[in-house]
Amino acid sequence: MQAFTRLTAAAAPIDLPNVDTDRVIPARFLRKPQGSAGYERFLFHDVRFDADGKERPEFVLNQPGFRGAKIVVAAENFGCGSSREAAVWALAAYGVRVVIAPSLGDIFHQNCGKNGVLAVILPAEIVAGLRRELHARPGATLSVDLEAQTVTAPDGAVHRFEIDPFRKQMLLSGQDDIGLTLGYEAQIAAFEASHRAAPPWLSAAP
Amino acid sequence: MARTMFEKIWARHVVAEGPGGQTLLYIDRHLLHEGSTAAFVRLARTGRRVRRPDLCVATADHYVLTSPGAPAPDAEIRDMVQSLGDNTARQGIVYFGQGDARRGIVHVIGPEQGLTLPGMVLVCGDSHTATHGALGALAFGIGSSEVEHVLATQTLWQRKPKTMRITVDGRLGAGVSAKDVILAIIARISAAGGVGHALEYAGAVFGAMSMAERLTVCNMSIEAGARCGMVAPDETTYAYIKGRPFAPDGEAWERAVAYWKTLPSDAGAAFDREVRVDGAQLAPTVTWGTSPQDALPITGRVPDPAATADAGRRASLERALAYMGLSAGMALTDVTVDRVFIGSCTNSRLEDLRAAAAVAKGRRAVVPAWIVPGSGLVKEAAEREGLDRIFREAGFEWREAGCSMCVGMNGETARERERVASTSNRNFEGRQGKGARTHLMSPAMAAAAAVTGRLTDVRQL
Ligand code: SF4
Repeated sequence: MQAFTRLTAAAAPIDLPNVDTDRVIPARFLRKPQGSAGYERFLFHDVRFDADGKERPEFVLNQPGFRGAKIVVAAENFGCGSSREAAVWALAAYGVRVVIAPSLGDIFHQNCGKNGVLAVILPAEIVAGLRRELHARPGATLSVDLEAQTVTAPDGAVHRFEIDPFRKQMLLSGQDDIGLTLGYEAQIAAFEASHRAAPPWLSAAP
Repeated sequence: MARTMFEKIWARHVVAEGPGGQTLLYIDRHLLHEGSTAAFVRLARTGRRVRRPDLCVATADHYVLTSPGAPAPDAEIRDMVQSLGDNTARQGIVYFGQGDARRGIVHVIGPEQGLTLPGMVLVCGDSHTATHGALGALAFGIGSSEVEHVLATQTLWQRKPKTMRITVDGRLGAGVSAKDVILAIIARISAAGGVGHALEYAGAVFGAMSMAERLTVCNMSIEAGARCGMVAPDETTYAYIKGRPFAPDGEAWERAVAYWKTLPSDAGAAFDREVRVDGAQLAPTVTWGTSPQDALPITGRVPDPAATADAGRRASLERALAYMGLSAGMALTDVTVDRVFIGSCTNSRLEDLRAAAAVAKGRRAVVPAWIVPGSGLVKEAAEREGLDRIFREAGFEWREAGCSMCVGMNGETARERERVASTSNRNFEGRQGKGARTHLMSPAMAAAAAVTGRLTDVRQL
């Protein structure tokens, strides 16, 4: 996994609440292999492109200043719905490294961390303020520092965010958490031995 | 100290407390479907093995065609099914593939086979895994990386969520179903209301429900933002499980039931949030917009964005109405539909098909209407009861088991701007096909829409 430390980059505002992962990547692209060529085109495909494959000018990522943004500033419950990790793969393929929102779908939130995408949760008023600033000054940059847990707005205001220390550590190191867990082999084996002994039906092999 | 059911199950599955307040949780059962392919590919690439293939069960549902004998529309769709068969064979994982009557939607077959049991921690790479919580299991959906993690380690790192109890007291009126209850709950707490929470459904209404109805309710927990939702096991649960292929029996059954009886939340257990709903106030409910929270009683009218003070909310209402092709203030019963889909992991069980058949019987569908059973065994049971004949005589199409038009990954989608009365769980833009418009409702309401061609109050039919 790609490590994340800090990033200063253009950010795109997405104002709609409850942006679901079907919108982030429509179902028909889920049979394309992870990381295959052209994956970035699947991102927001049906709201980003028209039936002829031409850009829809009203979509934020097609607008000057927002095209190629590496940070997305979203609204409440971004990434809700389907567990499809392809939503994060498409964001990452496009180049997005940070998603800032007042809240995120729980599974999407988890999926971000597994793919080197930093999810930042900030209070709704602050996030709405960031989106307003970005609308007013397309192309303005945000600075995100994971070590310091801060987002610096275009106007210089610094917002501190909370993050699960575990997620933070994995992102900073770019470590694979399966590798970490395999280090717990002794505990897992011991758990399996006692768990099986207690309620035998639970781990009954089908 | 008094504990919730969630806390009891969680505590019993803690392998280790890890760094940063995360818990390494043991997974008792891992269900797989075609979407697991990417995880198998990465696992193979890193040379890791599946730790406990005996705790995995796989089924083909998302990419299987549901029109009998139809060829896959393209090679990619065929390969999705093929690669699941290959991966499970290589790893020695039990697989219900094409031609096996046990094959079906993963959230239908888990309970049906007795693979889902009270007190378990069960995961699947699918957001509707909360369905299995209906049996008193801690069940939640995971992403592809987490699927890979469970395959490799049989564990997951999780942070303990908060708890929320949703109590529905009273009695449901005639014509009001489990689907109406959960749609009303989501409308009440919002699509984000359950984010970060484990839900427990409690109260007389859930106590009186059959297992199929509880599965419908728990299924849509994710549409309220929650990864898991559960109902305490009781006599209904035990009667449902007993005798299922993978359920314990004999002495193990006695021990299991004795243990399961310890699971319900203790009196006085504290929840982080409590929500109360009066069951007697609920009516048959349909969605009008593009989020499951956009739900109203069928007697209602399409909301007027102009009546909303908040500018952001107004914009999103306007967008939803434009997408749905509806105008503010119109009566929901004036909305005409182009097609009907009865199926999905929310409403494709035998009881759902019976409810739809009771409405279809002796009537005639005036728009294309599909019935897609949740599993091969549901289909067989329905045919034994003659439900397929009732549907066929009423002009409905009787299909094979699968996800089908709930998501259309197999190519079975609705057309652009087509309006669908659907028993599935998501009315997102493009969910049932690019540009397709979805209204969510119960099986009886969907059957009523099929025979009238419009959203219909089944109580008036
Ligand atoms: S029926 Fe629909 S919601 Fe359920 S698992 Fe299949 S695609 Fe997902």
